[in-house]
Amino acid sequence: MTPQARMLLWSAIRHIVLLAGALVMLTPFIWMVSTASKPQTEIFSSDLHLIPYHFALWDNLRIAFAKADLWRYLLNGLIVTTSIFGLQVLVALPAAYALAKLRFLGRDVLFALVVFCILIPPQATAIPVFLLLHKLGVLDSYAALVLPFTISVFGIFLMRQFFKTVPDDLIDAARMDGISEFGIVWRVMLPTAIPAVTAFGIFSVVAHWNDYFWPLIVLNSEHLQTPPLAVAHFRNNEAGTNYGPLMAAAMVIIAPLVIAFLFAQRRFIEGITLTGIK
Amino acid sequence: MAEIEIRALRKAFDGAEVLKGVDLTIQDGEFISLVGPSGCGKSTLLRVIAGLEPQSSGEVRIDGVSADGVRPSARNLAMVFQSYALYPHLSVFDNIAVPLRMKRLSALERAPFVGRLMPGRRRAERVIRDDVERVAEQLEISPLLKRKPGQLSGGQRQRVAVGRAIVRQPRAFLFDEPLSNLDAKLRVHMRAEIAQLHRQLKTTFIYVTHDQAEAMTMSGRIAVMIGGELIQVGAPAAVYDDPCDIRVAEFVGTPKINAFPGRIRSDGRLEMLGHVLHMATPALEGECRICVRPERIELASHGLLSGTVVHLENLGSEAFVHIGCAGTDAPVVARVNDPSQLPAIGATIGYGFAPEAVRAFDADGKRIVTSLPSRVERPREMAVV
Repeated sequence: MTPQARMLLWSAIRHIVLLAGALVMLTPFIWMVSTASKPQTEIFSSDLHLIPYHFALWDNLRIAFAKADLWRYLLNGLIVTTSIFGLQVLVALPAAYALAKLRFLGRDVLFALVVFCILIPPQATAIPVFLLLHKLGVLDSYAALVLPFTISVFGIFLMRQFFKTVPDDLIDAARMDGISEFGIVWRVMLPTAIPAVTAFGIFSVVAHWNDYFWPLIVLNSEHLQTPPLAVAHFRNNEAGTNYGPLMAAAMVIIAPLVIAFLFAQRRFIEGITLTGIK
Repeated sequence: MAEIEIRALRKAFDGAEVLKGVDLTIQDGEFISLVGPSGCGKSTLLRVIAGLEPQSSGEVRIDGVSADGVRPSARNLAMVFQSYALYPHLSVFDNIAVPLRMKRLSALERAPFVGRLMPGRRRAERVIRDDVERVAEQLEISPLLKRKPGQLSGGQRQRVAVGRAIVRQPRAFLFDEPLSNLDAKLRVHMRAEIAQLHRQLKTTFIYVTHDQAEAMTMSGRIAVMIGGELIQVGAPAAVYDDPCDIRVAEFVGTPKINAFPGRIRSDGRLEMLGHVLHMATPALEGECRICVRPERIELASHGLLSGTVVHLENLGSEAFVHIGCAGTDAPVVARVNDPSQLPAIGATIGYGFAPEAVRAFDADGKRIVTSLPSRVERPREMAVV
């Protein structure tokens, strides 16, 4: 076997393995799209087929939008995720800057505590946080959805690790130029950390857009519900689950994430390279 | 324009003392270089002067006023960093404009969106634009103003960093090894430019470098720092020719000064490698080091000493001959002005030096006075004779 042929074979094997992996990941989505496009009769027919005989996506979407106020849920999702992300950045960046670049007594202990906090599962603190929100009287409101997530220890950790790589000279130059410490965070560190902030944003938005657990606990009012709860609506129907519109609604609520990711992907990969510093 | 005084300055990091009591007065408009091997504390000293690092004790006075507790920007000093430290997300124009905007615009005027609506902002921005363009012209970077630092070469970034420093017309400039990241040719070129800049601005320049050639060629005075202490301060020629400590003698000058082990005899004469030199000293009997610069070593077939040639360095205009010699740790280096007259490697060669070329240091490394023996009359010597 010539070296070229071996290279080709190896590259073929690599692609087959990757394609198989991608297929495993994509199958549920493909099935969702397929089911959303089928009329009720085909969904419950005994033969399995991916391509529907009668294309019923538009009908299913129409039923989905008629049955529940999907726009409202999407708007709720947008309000909640952007508020959470905005507040997380507002807290995480100054905290990460202090932990990465300022020298003060107990800094290492504080950072160890931050890392320790990552280990605590959110379910463990759910009841105390719920009781706290109850005492504050903010249950069943946007505040109940947003407030518990404003301090993201993961965000602080991620940004701190990134800030560590920013040269001290840049910060000293900013100090010489007369920029205050908070000014350094927003005018110097934030622009250089855009790739890290984007990465964190993807994690945060995906996690809170898809969160089912917390909104289910703190919400009663229908008009505040987030997209995952909306999907549950279709399931809870007494007349039996109507899978076509359910899948169509699921498509609608993941669409913003997919579109946002496709836009952020380039930014995510390109980032702002730090070549200007060194 | 500022006179900077440093008094009994000490700085310790986690118990390790980096600056051990530094005293230095820098005259208004002077170009002084802080030079020393890496880790000697010269950058720390610069950062203390800049206000980026608080001192453990001692005082920094700028124009007679104590700068303790004064924020870096309020000291009105400008600093050029080794890594240039340009803001990567801002254009060259904005990089240079940052210190002016911070100084001349209020917080409200600087705010995004709202700032544009403020009445004074437009006029202030116009003045800033003029200032930045004037500096860019001076440094010949006008065509680069719209670019980002990432799109510039090392030399161009260096100019932008200098531009950011001079645009605010500071009282003094602090340079922290600004040429270390440039290639050798550009470095020599930028040396001349920085020296020219100093002649033009006539402001105080404090220049930190580990490269003694940079310090020697650019500055009016050099301050040699070793191990957190200021060992010698003086004009480059004086420090080179008349070092007060063996560490200074060895640090300043390339190739390094030749150091021979020697002895001070009881009659005050100097002795090295079994030869008694035609020199005397009032210092006490004991071990000493006898040092001679490479250009003062003369190759001669019947020199005082002899050894074998182990290595040749021909630089074209001059050459260095390394002579392996019994009794010395490192080869003796001699400069030959005419590279066409080089001996062969492995050849045995004689060499010597004039008594005036000798700089002798005692066992502690301190300089000892030497002179021709006829001038030093010591009672003890008379008794022996």
